[in-house]
Amino acid sequence: MLLEAGYTLKAHQLNYMTATPTVKSAYAVDNRGYYGEFGGAFIPEMLHPNIEELRNVYLEISQEAGFQKEFQGLLKDYVGRPTPLYYAKRLSKHYKTNIYLKREDLNHTGAHKVNNTIGQILLAKRLGKKRIIAETGAGQHGVATATVCALMGMPCIVYMGAIDIKRQAPNVSRMKMLGAEVRPALSGSQTLKDATNEAIRDWINNPADTHYIIGSAIGPHPYPDMVTRFQSVISEEIKWQLKEQTGKENPDALIACIGGGSNAAGTFYHYLDELDVRLIAVEAAGLGINSGESAATSVLGTKGIIHGCRTLLMQTKDGQIVEPYSISAGLDYPGIGPMHAHLIDTGRAEAVSITDDDALKAAYFLTRTEGIIPALESAHAFAALDYIKYKEDDVIVINLSGRGDKDLSTFIEHIEKYG
Amino acid sequence: MNRLDNLFATKKKDILNVYFTAGHPNLNDTEDIILTLEAAGVDLIELGMPYSDPMADGPTIQDSSTVALKNGMNVELLFEQVKSVREKTQIPLIMMGYFNQVMQFGEERFFRKCAEVGVDGLILPDLPVYVFEEKYKALFEALGLRISFLISPQTSEERIRQIDDLAKGFIYMVSSSSITGAKSGISDEQMAYFNRINEMQLKNPRLIGFGISDHATYSTACQFSSGAIIGSAFIRTLDKATDLKAAIKGFVDMVREPEKVA
Ligand SMILES: Cc1ncc(COP(=O)(O)O)c(C=O)c1O
Repeated sequence: MLLEAGYTLKAHQLNYMTATPTVKSAYAVDNRGYYGEFGGAFIPEMLHPNIEELRNVYLEISQEAGFQKEFQGLLKDYVGRPTPLYYAKRLSKHYKTNIYLKREDLNHTGAHKVNNTIGQILLAKRLGKKRIIAETGAGQHGVATATVCALMGMPCIVYMGAIDIKRQAPNVSRMKMLGAEVRPALSGSQTLKDATNEAIRDWINNPADTHYIIGSAIGPHPYPDMVTRFQSVISEEIKWQLKEQTGKENPDALIACIGGGSNAAGTFYHYLDELDVRLIAVEAAGLGINSGESAATSVLGTKGIIHGCRTLLMQTKDGQIVEPYSISAGLDYPGIGPMHAHLIDTGRAEAVSITDDDALKAAYFLTRTEGIIPALESAHAFAALDYIKYKEDDVIVINLSGRGDKDLSTFIEHIEKYG
Repeated sequence: MNRLDNLFATKKKDILNVYFTAGHPNLNDTEDIILTLEAAGVDLIELGMPYSDPMADGPTIQDSSTVALKNGMNVELLFEQVKSVREKTQIPLIMMGYFNQVMQFGEERFFRKCAEVGVDGLILPDLPVYVFEEKYKALFEALGLRISFLISPQTSEERIRQIDDLAKGFIYMVSSSSITGAKSGISDEQMAYFNRINEMQLKNPRLIGFGISDHATYSTACQFSSGAIIGSAFIRTLDKATDLKAAIKGFVDMVREPEKVA
């Protein structure tokens, strides 16, 4: 069955080379940059010219034939796409249903993040930008950005919270080897939200020559939509791969973890209007929703503004942003992308919150049943299987957003308990 | 009459606007700082509402905000402090903060409270101009509140005109492409920008801020506008002060009349 899928790839790739991922949907962004009441661009005037420039050109540039050719070419030959859609037989048997894994972990650099950084660096080049900045939490987006900068010969500065630099040493080394400068964010809580603040400040100070590659479906419009479109290659592939392997048009459910929401946005995108497809967004509950150490934004968050967009975020009643917690550095962002806020608010998507404990358990379980070590972020998506209802003949696709190499030391610390 | 309108009607040059973060260095310094600044001859005061994630600000203002929040400052308390100081002074007061703080308080409730306690105007750097126009302009007019928008060297002429049509009070001219407190000294490029804007003959008076820190930068800013805004340099002075009042007086003199200090 897998071989057959392999043989028919070529025909689909033709289609996939020319396809422009455009969905006309009540759930996609409107022409003012909003998803319902979420989104927008709440930015200081100093950023206005940059954001306005992007807003005016991002669709035109990214849909232009030359851009698509280069983008699709790099996704195929450099990143290694399409990533497989893999029927996880033993996992399916255990859960008594049909589970397919979308193998974003097999991308170059080990996660979905690179789909977006390839798209954005090509855009930056066409805008004549000479310098790239990025923020990173776990370091995956930082590595993906440093990688495309090396590929294009562009200088790269990655802001990373001083605390995360200590927690994620291997990725810091990777970025350095790739030639990026890793700048510690020393302000505030010294984690991802502060790294994002520092990147925004850098952009304010260097508006003309610099492009800011945001790593998730967050930030001011057009970022959430732009990142979502670059990531939508995930759902575009799932569509034809699933048809080929099962004959079914649509899965019954899609499951993805959600930090800022880029891998989930990419997984959901082509199914936004297929209302019979359940969209399940899995966030990190940390030590538990009511423990005070959590990142379950859909439950603990309220409407407000973070990093230039109106969305759900964790904050005090005075609007001070609260530092979230999760064992997974890629999920401890205090907000979620505005598209997800809208999907959850309208009931289109279901949110599930998964604790550190459940995520570790799920990571070991996947590893021992399928021989795949997932990223801690992705492990949250797998743990959701224990909390959602489904039927035996359902087809469930889980986005395996990244591989677990970067998390090995955490996994090994807990091997006694979960191994 | 709105105190800001009054100020700009009677004073056209050399206006000095000083920013400080409310609640820093100590929770209850607000009144002393305001009254001492006024006595030292400052024309207009900007009260910073401390915020956890002030993305347009540099390390000095962020650090002072962190201190203020630790001290227990919040919007509710700041309104009380302003109400009480209003009984002692008629100096124009502006509140500056981030829009999320206003949203959480409730926008309409926040703006009404400003008017009620005697705040004259607001600066909300991340409130988009069009959102203000569509949702709050009428309320500001009804309440007699003023709003200032920022412009930077990158702002297009067309947009500056739009902002000038919409702003009431003054236009906050960001001196360079920067966050607060970033650069010192004023370059030829900045002079060219100051000149360019000067020649646009805007309706609103302009104050130049960001990177203004001493007599030299203040004087240059004043040549090209109605005056200047100082924030980070003043906060650094407060941080070092042993005698708060003497330090404030010394700072204002240093900016305005350095010969007197020397
Ligand atoms: C493997 C992996 N999955 C998921 C995420 C979460 O980000 P997002 O919600 O944008 O997909 C990260 C972030 O670092 C990641 O590295």
